[in-house]
Amino acid sequence: MKIRPYGDTLNDGLVQVSFTLPIALSAKATQAAKELAKNMGLINPSVVHSEEIGKNFSFYIIYGALNAFVDLEKIKVKELEKSSKSKKEIEEIIKNNFKKDIVVIGASTGTDAHTVGIDAIMNMKGFDGHYGLERYQGIKAINLGSQVSNEDFIKIARKEKADVLLVSQTVTQKDVHLKNLVDLVELLESEELRDKVILIAGGARINHELAKELGYDAGFGPGNFAEDVASFIIDELLNRKED
Amino acid sequence: MNKLNLNNEMITSCRNYAKSIAKDVQAYINKHSTVSVERTVLRLLGIDGVDKFDVPIVNRLVEDVKENGDISLGISIYIASALKATNKSLNDYLEAYFDSRDSLTSYNLISKSEVKKILKPYYEKNLKKITKNREIRSKLINKFGERKTELYVIVATGNIDEDVLQAQAAARAGADIVAVIRSTGQSLLDYVPYGKTTEGFGGTYATQENFKIMRQALDEVGGELNRYIKLVNYASGLCMPEIAAMGALERLDVLLNDSMYGIIFRDINMKRTFIDQYFSRMLNSYSGIIINTGEDNYLTTSDAVLEAHTVTASQFINEAFAFEAHLPEKLMGLGHAFEINPNIENSFLMEIAQAQLSRELFPNAPLKYMPPTKHINGNIFRAYQQNALFNIVTNLTEQKIHLLGMMTEAIHTPFISDRYLAIKNAEMVQQSMKSLADEIVFKEEGFIQKRANKVLKNAHSLLKEIKTEGMFKTLEKGVFAETKRAENAGKGLDGVFEKSTNYINVVSAELEAYFNEN
Ligand code: B12
Repeated sequence: MKIRPYGDTLNDGLVQVSFTLPIALSAKATQAAKELAKNMGLINPSVVHSEEIGKNFSFYIIYGALNAFVDLEKIKVKELEKSSKSKKEIEEIIKNNFKKDIVVIGASTGTDAHTVGIDAIMNMKGFDGHYGLERYQGIKAINLGSQVSNEDFIKIARKEKADVLLVSQTVTQKDVHLKNLVDLVELLESEELRDKVILIAGGARINHELAKELGYDAGFGPGNFAEDVASFIIDELLNRKED
Repeated sequence: MNKLNLNNEMITSCRNYAKSIAKDVQAYINKHSTVSVERTVLRLLGIDGVDKFDVPIVNRLVEDVKENGDISLGISIYIASALKATNKSLNDYLEAYFDSRDSLTSYNLISKSEVKKILKPYYEKNLKKITKNREIRSKLINKFGERKTELYVIVATGNIDEDVLQAQAAARAGADIVAVIRSTGQSLLDYVPYGKTTEGFGGTYATQENFKIMRQALDEVGGELNRYIKLVNYASGLCMPEIAAMGALERLDVLLNDSMYGIIFRDINMKRTFIDQYFSRMLNSYSGIIINTGEDNYLTTSDAVLEAHTVTASQFINEAFAFEAHLPEKLMGLGHAFEINPNIENSFLMEIAQAQLSRELFPNAPLKYMPPTKHINGNIFRAYQQNALFNIVTNLTEQKIHLLGMMTEAIHTPFISDRYLAIKNAEMVQQSMKSLADEIVFKEEGFIQKRANKVLKNAHSLLKEIKTEGMFKTLEKGVFAETKRAENAGKGLDGVFEKSTNYINVVSAELEAYFNEN
């Protein structure tokens, strides 16, 4: 099926865009904004609002029709097959399949000081009514908090004989998170630990596809809770057991 | 102002508990110093710059004494003794110091009174500069006037040149206060980076040179607009007093300076933080810099409905610590925030109750009111609405420092247009609801009064508990922001030391004398 944006009629392709240009507002500047909209592929763009927002800066809101469409059949995404089980089901599976507690270590790494995300997954209290991993029978959850260096993270993982590593990254400006996430993979590889753990990343700007690309086993963005992560972990552990 | 029908005895009792909590900690503070306090003394003697490995000279000198001498005497005596023995000016001595390899500790130590005499010309020069800055600031504010509620925005590009462009654009759009957010991780550096910087993450490095560049830019645009644009930076971290000194020298107007933020949100050791905040706040007081405290942050990790009282209790504690550091109320920008989940029924009423409560508890403080952040998501249109609600409460409860919420809060540090739209949002509310606060009273025993009184009551119980347990134990229990911190863990503890009975700090002695006189 081919689709394009919907304004108020099927296939009208209507969209809105807004942006700032680094020039003062003038007839020429407004025309420039309009030309840009055309270059974006908008048909009949109309600058519905323009405003000077500081010396040599002007702001535009534009509506126009998009000529482009996408063919849904051709779109492939690496989506994590969510097998989400309930906390109870997960605990049951662990009890029946694993002799020891599954050791899960998590941290917000590098210089990142955001803990709410990793806490949401790991701490007793959990998030939005979903209990965290600490409350799961059969899981030993160790949350190291924030600003943990990759080196320390690995040291502790080794000491605790971790089965799973959870990494949270929130600050993404200038792609700091990418470097930090890749560094961890490289360090794990050089210490010959990468294959011994399930490595999972998460955060507001993380998704499964990105995480896979960076060499992680999975990635979780907003809207995911402990049971989603735990489900993935046990599925993966069971898979690896069979291999 | 009394719209909430608050119990005055309970308020007094809260203050008394807070005072006694702060006094307990102050007794500890008075016996200790830190490496960053000592580095601050050096900075105020006029020492700046870095060595060839980019290590700040003040760090080199303090490390030298820590390794080879007795730092418990303080840095003052070592530097004075060196000047005396070598018979050199400070500059000449430092040059020789880096050429030779003689430790700062290789000279006979002189008497306290001599230390003061030798160093006086150096620190006096810088303290005078600070006094001058204070005078310039008052003069400009008197000349241009000040808005009742000041609009505060942040710039955070990582590049000071870009920050300048955006800060000036913000001022032209109507911002009164501009904060330069620091780069991720700077608060954990046990030194202050040097010179102009153009690369940072999630913010721009706080350096003295960057302060100077931004000050100049804001003075320039302020002159053009006939307004005084205030400049903000962040002291909280491992270098609190050094940043306070640099801010004073470069005429910053506001510094984030919370007695506990570093402990809770950056895992900096609590002893280190308490000692540092004290000296740092003394400097703020001397330089007329408004402090901003960080209670608002508690509600990013704790529930804003259930834990509202922790904000109030912490405001009392921050106030008490500020009094210990001789800070007048008019410089206490105590923090609070609009962070209740907007989907909760009557959350707006609870926000009014909390904001009005802060206003009435601290009537003379230039309160810092923070916008919604936690319950902002990627829906920028929804965020714009949330910010309008927040702006209404700000106006209705007559806050002083109004941090503007950004519609893209959940996405990135603000674009120039995000900031502009935020200013216009706030201005429309300010203009259209100008006299609303005068008109509104709250229903006797109504929802708002009840909520405010409940929060106060819970804050009172909490303060009582903290007084019994002590501050250190309280932080270990994770009372604030549900974050537990151990007394002897966290960063920077190795920079804390007990003062010897012969300890001398020429700057704090001078400041104490000044505060006793005024
Ligand atoms: C709360 C907060 C803070 C608090 C953090 C307190 C704490 N202890 O965590 C404080 C005030 C300390 C803070 C500081 C800073 N912050 Co901040 N902060 C936020 C805020 C408001 C909310 C983040 C949050 O808690 N979300 C709620 C959680 C539950 O969501 P989440 O993290 O996405 O987690 C979910 C999923 O992603 C997933 N998940 C997350 N992690 C993981 C990990 C694994 C393994 C898995 C499986 C899943 C998973 O599960 C969670 C539940 O579904 C956001 C803005 C916003 N509204 O998003 C800014 C924001 C994240 N902060 C930002 C910045 C820049 C900073 C600072 C760097 C500013 C500065 N220069 O000082 C500093 C941090 C300094 C540092 N060293 O990191 C920016 C980041 C911009 C960017 N994209 O790079 C934001 C977006 C604000 C902005 N617009 O500027 N911040």
